[in-house]
Amino acid sequence: MKFLARRLGFYLVTAWAAVTINFIIPRAMPGDPVQSLINRYQGQLSTDAVHSLYVLFGLDKNTDLWTQYWQYWGQILHGNLGLSFVFFPTPVSQVISQSLPWTVGLVGVATIISVVGGSLIGVLIGWRRGSWVDGILPVTTFFSSVPYFWLGLIAIAAFAVTWPVLPTGGGYDGGLVPGWTWAFVGSVVQHALLPAVTIIMSSISGWILGMRNMMVTVTSEDYVTVAQAKGLSERRVMFGYAARNAILPQMSGFALSLGFVVSGTLVMELVFSYPGIGFQLFQAIGGKDYPLMQGIFLIITFSVLLANIAADFVYVLLDPRTRQES
Amino acid sequence: MAESLGTGSSTSLAPVELDSASRPAARARPALLRNGKAVTGMVMLGIFVVVAVIGPWIAPYDPNASSADLLLGPSGSHLLGTDHLGRDVFSQIIVGTRGVMLVGLIAGVIATALAVAVGVTAGFIGGAGDEVLSALARILLVIPALPLIIIIVSQLPSAGNMVVALVLAFTGWAWGSRLLRAQTLSLRRRDFIEAARASGESTRRIVWFETLPNLTAIIASSFISTVTFAVLSQTTLAFIGVTSISDWSWGTVLYWAQSNQALARGAWWWFVPAGVAIALLGVSLTLINFGIDEFVNPRLRLAGLNPRQMRRRGIRPRIGFTAVLRDAPVEGYSGTKGVHTTPTEVDQ
Repeated sequence: MKFLARRLGFYLVTAWAAVTINFIIPRAMPGDPVQSLINRYQGQLSTDAVHSLYVLFGLDKNTDLWTQYWQYWGQILHGNLGLSFVFFPTPVSQVISQSLPWTVGLVGVATIISVVGGSLIGVLIGWRRGSWVDGILPVTTFFSSVPYFWLGLIAIAAFAVTWPVLPTGGGYDGGLVPGWTWAFVGSVVQHALLPAVTIIMSSISGWILGMRNMMVTVTSEDYVTVAQAKGLSERRVMFGYAARNAILPQMSGFALSLGFVVSGTLVMELVFSYPGIGFQLFQAIGGKDYPLMQGIFLIITFSVLLANIAADFVYVLLDPRTRQES
Repeated sequence: MAESLGTGSSTSLAPVELDSASRPAARARPALLRNGKAVTGMVMLGIFVVVAVIGPWIAPYDPNASSADLLLGPSGSHLLGTDHLGRDVFSQIIVGTRGVMLVGLIAGVIATALAVAVGVTAGFIGGAGDEVLSALARILLVIPALPLIIIIVSQLPSAGNMVVALVLAFTGWAWGSRLLRAQTLSLRRRDFIEAARASGESTRRIVWFETLPNLTAIIASSFISTVTFAVLSQTTLAFIGVTSISDWSWGTVLYWAQSNQALARGAWWWFVPAGVAIALLGVSLTLINFGIDEFVNPRLRLAGLNPRQMRRRGIRPRIGFTAVLRDAPVEGYSGTKGVHTTPTEVDQ
């Protein structure tokens, strides 16, 4: 599996780059963020925390940069991302592990629906080019041109304030105890509905457009004409010959667009007060909680990398050429 | 050959378009101006540019001036109502246009320059240098941009428009460089480049006069995409309150609306107009890009017939065939001759 090995190598390099960026940024910034924090928390930080801050921000003058870098890697590999300020003295990793499932659930489901649905619609629009379905394009273009969060604001104004059928925000009904009960799961689904639909609405247009353009290109290939001339059923030509080839760039585009979708979703969580990682990120911004911000950046990057690895496996399944080399 | 490629207007593109010499009418009006989508987009964009330039002079009120009219709906004296301090929302949006456009323009120019530098270099030098530059671009693309921008901007002592534009430029060049590298790779093997090299032209001349003019459309399209990215990111950053809130922009208006419960108070005039402005700007940029895409890839345009005309003529659009009618208004190119060489797939 030369293809997969190459891709995994690339993801390892990317993970290294993300950790290194995280190491460099606080050290390259002008000023002393630690000192300003200590001033802000006058006397409320233990000496231990002050020290860990200095270690984290590389302002520990006693150690040189290289040693700091290795120490930082040691911390990361032990899952130690430092202590959060907003939720002092909770470790950053604990704050993140509480909110990560919410985001992964919401973004995961919404992204899968968006990719699968968008590609299918794109196949149809590309196939029936020039018919009324082309009219879907301007609508989806509009939705992709607005920031996700604004669409979220409008959705709340319409379906939660003016016409109150869905909750305005939060992850579940405050009166319920989290657990695997029908009432709780139902409440979670109800709260996730509005954010999920908004994410799908704003991200689906990219998938539709990409698939449509690839379909238009692929359908002028000779093998499609031959398949049609052989008298194969329209459905078979559309999915077995045209769509199967058109989907490949779509899958390799997944890697690159996922980061964008995740970015949009983070802000969406702020709008909906959804208890995920994006909401934590904004609390961290408000509280100037640098360890939490950086921890969240790392975790988001790693999650995106994992999703990319999954997409690569799907690619190998779809494209026999990648399997041939082994 | 080099002359005919280089002297075209900003829309001159691929060698395949060269047979347009046989069409004098096409020469008179650049192809992009005959594309309805592109023209619509450019007119809309032009309006935004004008507002950005003269905004502060035509705004009816000072956007920071509070008054006694707290949280009023749209009326004759306040076209888009007022906020919680009695400030005029319409003036805030008009004045904020400049910030949005400026960040988009600066970030777009710098990012595109970086993309051209990295992409064309990578495509030309090949080998290990190419591997390193491409890997750099791919890494930047895979890492989610917004969290990265947030951790950079929030740690800076002050985040004005210029700083934000610079950060956006340095995080947003990768996509364009990827497209440009792919196109450069495909151009590098074309006959006219080989001919230029064989006739002893310097590499500098080959890059500037043989290659770059053929990349114009892709450079333009990646510039537009970067501006879109920058506008959306800048708005998002202002909305979440990372950037300085004393600079007016559409995101700042939304920031104040969100932090003062405009939604719960039903103050729709406070958050709807800013979003519509962003959407219209985004749509105008996307339309221009559609126009460029259809210009680059003729398969994406219908041969001058829109769906209604096709139905009236009893043509059912089918895959694999482009409906060409003898008396049909053929747009932009004659038949499909030479079109097959158009580089449509730029991904590797």
